[in-house]
Amino acid sequence: MLKLDATIVANGDFTTRADFTIPAGAKVAVIGPSGAGKSTLVEGIAGFLPVTGGRILWQGRDITREPPGKRPVAMLFQDGNLFPHLTVEQNVGLGVRPDLRLNAEQKARVARAIARTGLAGLETRKPAALSGGQQSRAALARVLVQNRPLLLLDEPFAALGPALKTEMLDLVSELAQETGATLMMVSHDPNDARRIADLVVLVTEGHAHPPRPTAELLDNPPPALQRYLGSPESRTR
Amino acid sequence: MARRAQPVGAGPGIGAAAAVGALILGSLAAVFLRAEAGRGLGPADWAAVRFTVLQATLSAAISVGLAVPVARALARRRFVGRRALIALMGAPFILPVIVAVLGLLSVFGRSGWVSQALGWFGLPPLSIYGLHGVVLAHVFFNLPLATRLILQGWQEIPAERFRLAAQLGAGPGEIRRLLERPMLARVVPGALAVVFAICLTSFAVALTLGGGPRATTIELAIYQAFRFDFDLGRAALLSSIQILLTSAAALLALKAARHEGPGAGLDRPVQRWDANGAGLVAQDAALIGLATLFLALPLAAIIARGVPGILSLPAGVWRAALTSVEVAAGSTALLLMLALPMAATVATGRRAGVELAGMLGLAASPLVIGTGLFIIINPLADPRALALPVTALVNAVMALPFALRILVPRACEVVARHGRLALALDMGGWPFVRRVLLPRMRPQIGFAAGLAAALSMGDLGVIALFADPDRATLPLQVWRLMGAYRMETAAGAALLLLCLSMAAFWLLDRGGRFHAEA
Repeated sequence: MLKLDATIVANGDFTTRADFTIPAGAKVAVIGPSGAGKSTLVEGIAGFLPVTGGRILWQGRDITREPPGKRPVAMLFQDGNLFPHLTVEQNVGLGVRPDLRLNAEQKARVARAIARTGLAGLETRKPAALSGGQQSRAALARVLVQNRPLLLLDEPFAALGPALKTEMLDLVSELAQETGATLMMVSHDPNDARRIADLVVLVTEGHAHPPRPTAELLDNPPPALQRYLGSPESRTR
Repeated sequence: MARRAQPVGAGPGIGAAAAVGALILGSLAAVFLRAEAGRGLGPADWAAVRFTVLQATLSAAISVGLAVPVARALARRRFVGRRALIALMGAPFILPVIVAVLGLLSVFGRSGWVSQALGWFGLPPLSIYGLHGVVLAHVFFNLPLATRLILQGWQEIPAERFRLAAQLGAGPGEIRRLLERPMLARVVPGALAVVFAICLTSFAVALTLGGGPRATTIELAIYQAFRFDFDLGRAALLSSIQILLTSAAALLALKAARHEGPGAGLDRPVQRWDANGAGLVAQDAALIGLATLFLALPLAAIIARGVPGILSLPAGVWRAALTSVEVAAGSTALLLMLALPMAATVATGRRAGVELAGMLGLAASPLVIGTGLFIIINPLADPRALALPVTALVNAVMALPFALRILVPRACEVVARHGRLALALDMGGWPFVRRVLLPRMRPQIGFAAGLAAALSMGDLGVIALFADPDRATLPLQVWRLMGAYRMETAAGAALLLLCLSMAAFWLLDRGGRFHAEA
C-alpha cells in the first residue's frame, strides 16, 4: 500500500499536494490538464523532487528521505529511458546491478526478460538500431528485472502511434499483473485510463485528488474533470 | 530551496578545484611575500612594463584590424577549401611557438625568402628582431584566432537579415551600416581584449625575437632576473606586476568577450546577394589569398628546411623528444584528473567556486607560477631535479580553462539527459561515471586531451626557468640549437616537434571520436 500522508512535492516554486492511499496491486491512472502537477507528483514519489511536507510510506515504511535508486520504485520517463551507447542487454542488465557485474543466474534473468518483451535476438543492438516500439520494450524488460513493487510511468509511450501505444499499455498491464506490481501511470488520454486502470487520480492546480474507480469517475465527471475533458460541444469545435 | 538528487558527488571536483586554487594562489602568495617591494622598479623594469603593454596593444590592434576584412571576406564568399581554411585557422592555437618563430625567420628573416627576393631588386634584407618581430609573430598567432572570433560574429547574423536587406535593395555600404557595424561593435572589443591578454604573457616569442633593453617583456625579464642574475627578489617583484597586469586583462577579456576559444559551427549557409561587384570579389580574393599565404608560408618553410635534417638529427634531439612526449603525457593525465571531476561537479549544479578555480589559470602566467613554485620548492628540494614534473603540472593548469570550456557544456548535457535514469537505477557514483559520463563525453575528452598534449608538447616556458644544461624538452632543445646557430638541425628538430604536437592532438582527438555515437 502506498500512503501519501499530507505530502507536498516541490518543483521549484510550484507544489503539488496529495493525501490518500493506493492499495497494493492497483492500477492507477493519473490524469489532469498539463501543468497541473501530474509529473511533479510521480517524480516526488520516485524521489527526484524534494518532499517539503508530509510523508510517503510504502507498506508502512517511511521512504520520504530515501534516494531514488533505493525506493521500491521502477520508473519510465517521457524520454531517455535507455542509454544510447549501451546495448539492449546492458541496458536491461543495469536493472539487476548498476555496475553490470552479473553472474550466470542474473544473466539468465536478463535473457528471460528480453525474451518476455519480445526482443529475443536483438540483445546486442543499441537503441538507435531499434524501432520506437522496440525501445519501449527494452525499457520494459529492464523494469521487469528491476522487480520493484511500484511501477511509475510518466507517459513513456507518448511519442508512439495510437496502435503501438495501446499495444505497449497492454504489455505493461500484463507485466504488472504477472509481477503483482502496483502501477501508476500519468496520462492525457481518458481512454488509456479506461483501458487498463481500475482507479483514477485527478490532478488539478497542484492538488492530487484521492483515487476513484475509473468508470465511476469518467462517466460522472466532477466539474474540474469536465473542464479538462471538454463538453461534447467544445470537443467538436 | 531543496536540491534535486544528483548522480555524482561533488567531493572529487571540489577537491580538484581546491588543489588548483591552492597551487595558483599559493605560488602567487609566495611571489608577493618574496617580492622586494621596497627596492622599487629600476629603469630596466619600467622599460619591460612599457614594452609589454606596447607590444600587446600593437599586436591586438593589428591582429584584429586585419582580421575584420579577412573575416568579412570569408563570411561573404563560398569557395572550395573554405572549410579547410577555417579549420586551419584553429591550428596556430596548438602550434609550438618555437616552430612558428623558426618558420617566420625562414620567410621574413635576414636570410629568409622575402629578404632574398628583395635582394634581387637590390633592396636591403629584412630583420625581424625587436619590436616589429615580436609583433609579427603575435599577429601570426592571433590573426587566425581573431578572424575566427569575428567570423563567428558574422555567422551569428541570421540568414534572414541578409535576405531582408537584399529585398530592400541594400548594397555593401548599407549592409555595413545596418548589419555589420552593430555586430562588430559587439564582437571587436572582446577580440581585442582576448588578443591583448594573450600577448601580455608572451614569453617564447620575446625570448627568441626580442631581448635587449628595448624589447624585453615582463615575462622575459622574470626569466632573466632568474637565470642570469639569480635575483629571486627582483623576479618576484616583476611577477607581482605581471599578476596585476594579467588579472586586469583577464577580467577585461572575460567582460568584453562573449565567446572565445576554438569554436564550432562556422559553416552555416548564408546566402548573400550584396557585394557581387567584380572589384569587391577581387578584393576579398586578395585578402583571403594573402592571409592564407601569411599563415601557410612559415609552415611550408619549416617543412622545406626541416626535411633534409630530420633523418640526421643528433641523439640529444631524440632524447629531448622522448622527454617531451613524457611531459606531455603526464601533463595530459594531470589535466584530465583535474578537469573531469571539476566538470562533473559543475554539471551537477555546484558551480561557483569550482568554475572560479578553473579560471584562475587565466589570471596567472606560466613564469609567475614557475617563480612561485621555485620559491616554495627551493628550501625543500632542488627545483632543477623537479623541472619536468613542475613543467607538466604548470602546463596542465594553464590548459585547464580551455579544457573546462570544452568539457563543462557536454557534462551538463549528459547529467541533464541521463542523470535521472541513472538515479532511478541506483547507479550513482562510479558506475555512473564509468558507464555513462565518460563514454558519453569521449569526443570532448579526446579534444581536450589533444589540446592539452599539444600545448604541453610545444611549451617553452617554465622548462626554460627550471632546466639544467643536460635536461631538455624538445622546444628547449630547438631554442638551444638556434642559439648555437645550428639552424639546419634546429629546423629538423622543429619539424619533428611540429609532427609530434600535431600527432598528439590528432591521435587523442580522433581516439575520442572513434566509433563514438552522437
